Amino acid sequence: MINFELPKSLKNLQNMTHQLAEQGFRPISRKYDRIEHGDTPAELKPLAQMIAAGRPRGGGKSDKADADPEAVKNGSNLMGIVSVEEMCWGDTGLMLSLPASGLGNAAIQAVGTAEQKEQYGKLYCAMAITEPGAGSDSAAISTTARRDGDEWVLNGEKIYCTGGQRCDAVVVWATLDKSLGKAAIKSFIVPRDNPGMQLARVEDKMGLRISDTAALSFTECRIPMDHVLGSAEIADTEAARKKAFGGVMQTFDNTRPMVAAMALGVARAALEITTEILEKEGVKADFSKSPYNSSAIELELYRLEADLDAARLMTYKAAWMADNGQANSKEASMCKAKAGRMGNDVTLKCVALCGELGYSERYLLEKLARDSKIIDIFEGTQQIQQLIVARHLLGLSSRELK
Amino acid sequence: MSTDLPIDLRLSEEQRISREGMRRFASQTMAPGARAADEAAAADPGVLAGIAGFGLTLMSLPEALGGAGLPRSPMGNVLACEDLGEGDLSQSLAALAPLGVVNALLDFGDEAQHEAWLPHFASEAPVPAAVALAEPRATFEPGDPHTRARRDGDDYILDGEKCLIPLVEQCQLFLVVAATDDGPAAFIVEADSPGLSRARQDYMGLRSAEPGTLTLEGVRVPASQRLANFDLERLVSLSRIGLAALATGCCQAVLEQCVPYALERKAFGEAIARRQSVAFMIADMGIEIEGMRLLTWRAASRAEQGLPFQREAYLAFLQSMEKAMRIATDGVQVFGGAGFVRDYPLEMYYRNLRGLSALHGALMV
Repeated sequence: MINFELPKSLKNLQNMTHQLAEQGFRPISRKYDRIEHGDTPAELKPLAQMIAAGRPRGGGKSDKADADPEAVKNGSNLMGIVSVEEMCWGDTGLMLSLPASGLGNAAIQAVGTAEQKEQYGKLYCAMAITEPGAGSDSAAISTTARRDGDEWVLNGEKIYCTGGQRCDAVVVWATLDKSLGKAAIKSFIVPRDNPGMQLARVEDKMGLRISDTAALSFTECRIPMDHVLGSAEIADTEAARKKAFGGVMQTFDNTRPMVAAMALGVARAALEITTEILEKEGVKADFSKSPYNSSAIELELYRLEADLDAARLMTYKAAWMADNGQANSKEASMCKAKAGRMGNDVTLKCVALCGELGYSERYLLEKLARDSKIIDIFEGTQQIQQLIVARHLLGLSSRELK
Repeated sequence: MSTDLPIDLRLSEEQRISREGMRRFASQTMAPGARAADEAAAADPGVLAGIAGFGLTLMSLPEALGGAGLPRSPMGNVLACEDLGEGDLSQSLAALAPLGVVNALLDFGDEAQHEAWLPHFASEAPVPAAVALAEPRATFEPGDPHTRARRDGDDYILDGEKCLIPLVEQCQLFLVVAATDDGPAAFIVEADSPGLSRARQDYMGLRSAEPGTLTLEGVRVPASQRLANFDLERLVSLSRIGLAALATGCCQAVLEQCVPYALERKAFGEAIARRQSVAFMIADMGIEIEGMRLLTWRAASRAEQGLPFQREAYLAFLQSMEKAMRIATDGVQVFGGAGFVRDYPLEMYYRNLRGLSALHGALMV
C-alpha cells in the first residue's frame, strides 16, 4: 500500500539523529566554519561513538523482513537517507568530518576482505578519484599502479579528496594499464603515513570548510599486495570489462541518494530558519490563499517547500528501491539531480528572502547557501545525472549520448 | 493511525489490475481521438461512456444505494486520473466531473441527502453533474465566493456566476458553492431550476470538455439541499490532488511523444536526442514528472489514511501546475515547428495544461 510516512523505527532514528545534530553540530557549526583548517574537531569523537553505539546491529528491521521475502523492506538505504538528512540539517561539513564516515569506508565495507574491514573499518578512510585531468569522467584517470614483486607501486596526482588530510587511509583509484580503459581501473588502500604519498595542499573553499579537501601526490608509493580492493584481475573480454567498471559505477546507485539527502538537510535547515525569521516579521505562509493570491514572499516559500518535498520523496523512492532489491540507477540519478539543484536554489532564495539577516553571519543562512553548492557537483554533477537520466529515458548508450 | 506502515511504493493487486484496463483504454481509445474531439470542441460520447463503464462513481456508494460499498479511496482515484489524463486531459475532466460530485455528496451529505441524490450515480451511466466553484475573476479565491445564498424561509435563494464547468450544457445536477451568513456552503442545484441559465464559453484549451458558465439569478433551492457537513477546504484540497494527478498523466504523454520524436528527427546528420540540449530537456521532464507524481501520491495516501493533507495537496498542486507548464512548453520546443502545428498533440497538451491555473474544485478525488 502506497505510504510515504516514516514508520516508528525510522522516526526513532530520525529523532535520535536530530538531537545529535541539534546538540552536537549546531552549536559548533559557525566556529568550525571560521577555523576551517585543523585537526578533526575534538567534539566529534564522542558523537561518533554515540552514532556507532546507536547503530542497530546487522541492519535492524531489514533482518526481520528477510524472514518473509514478500514483505516490503525499509532497510539500510532508507535508514541512511533519514540520518544523513538530519545530520546535514545540523552541519554537512561536520558530518563529513566524523571519524569512520569517509567514502573510502563505504567502499571497503562494500567490497573489502574480512582482513581489510578488520584493519581499516573503524578508521577514517578517504576516497581519491578525481585528478587534475579527470573529474566527472572518472574512466579517464591516469594515476598508475604497477606490480613489483609483493607490492603495488602507485604514481600520480589526486585532487579534491575529502578528508585527505585528516584521514587514516585513502582508497585510491588507479589504472593498471591505461590502454585497457575502464576495466584496468582498480582501487587501492593506502595508509596515510605510507612513504611515497604526500599531502600536496589543502584547499580553501567557499563552503564545507571544516571538511578538509586535499590534493595528494604519489611518487613510487609502495603498498602491500593485499591492499588492492576487490579483484586485481583485468577482464579479458570487452563485455567483462564493461561489467567490471559497471560494478564500480553501481556503488553510485547507493551513494547518490545519500548525497541527495545532504541537500534535503541543508535546504530544510534554511527553510526553517527563514520561516522563523519571517514569522517574527508577520509573514505567515499557512496555505490559506491560492498560490497567485498569496504575496510574493508566501508564494516563494510554498514553491521552495514543494521543491524540497518533491526531492525528498524522490530520494526516499530511490533508497526504497535499493532496500527492496530493485534496480534504481535511473531513480538514483533523478533524485540526485533534483535534490542537488533544489538545495542550491532553496538556500540561495532563503538568503535573498531574509535580506540583510540572510546575507549576514547573524544566522546560518549564508553558510547553508555556501555549503549547498558543492552538493550539486560532487558524486556526479547535475549535468552528469541529467545525462544518465536521458540515456535511460531515450534508451541510448553512453557512446550514443555523450 | 495506530498502524505502523513501512514506507511502501507498491500498488495493490486491485490497483494494478484496474490501472491496466484504464491505461489500455487511454492509449487505444482516448489518445487517438483526442485531437478530433478538441477540433470539434465536443467530448466523444464513446469516451465518456467508456470511462463511466469503469464504474468509478459506483465504487464507494453504499451497497444499499446500489454501489459497491468500498471505502473512499483518494489514492485509487488518483491513479485513475493519472492514467486517463495521459490519454486526454480534457475529456478526462469531463468524464470524471460526476465522480467529484459523488465524492462531495459522500463526504459532506447526511443520510437523507445520500438517499436522495446518490442513486443518480449508482449505474455505469451516472447522470451528468459537476461541482461549480470557480468564478470568472482574476483574483478568485475558493474561500471567498461572490455567489451568494440567502435564506428565505425553507429555501435559499442563489445569485451569482460560476465558470469552467465541464459539460455545462448536459449537466443535470450542479453542486454550487456559495457564500452564506455562516460561511461558504454547497447546494445541490437541479439544472432545470428557474433562474438558472448556462452557456458554453470558448477557452484556450479543454475544448473537448465542453466547458462553460452557469448563471444563477434568484434560483430557489430547498434548505434540505444544502450539504449538511460541508468542508470547503477538504473539497479544494482533494480537488487539487485530482488536478495534479491529471497533470501528471498529461505530462507523461508529453514525454512519451518527445522520446520517439527526438530519436527519429535528424539534424546535422544525427538524431536530435543525441544532443545534450534536447536530451537534457527530456531528462528534466522525466525528473519533474517523478516529483509531481510522488507529491500527488503522498497527498492522496495521507488523505486515504485519515491524516491531515491540506499542505501536501497544496504543494502537489503548486508543483504540478508550474512544472507541467514547463514540461508542456518544452514539449512543443523539442518538436520545433512540428510542435506548433496541429498535426501533433504537443500544442494541445500545452493549451490543456494551462487550464490548471483556472480550475478550482473541479475534480474531488
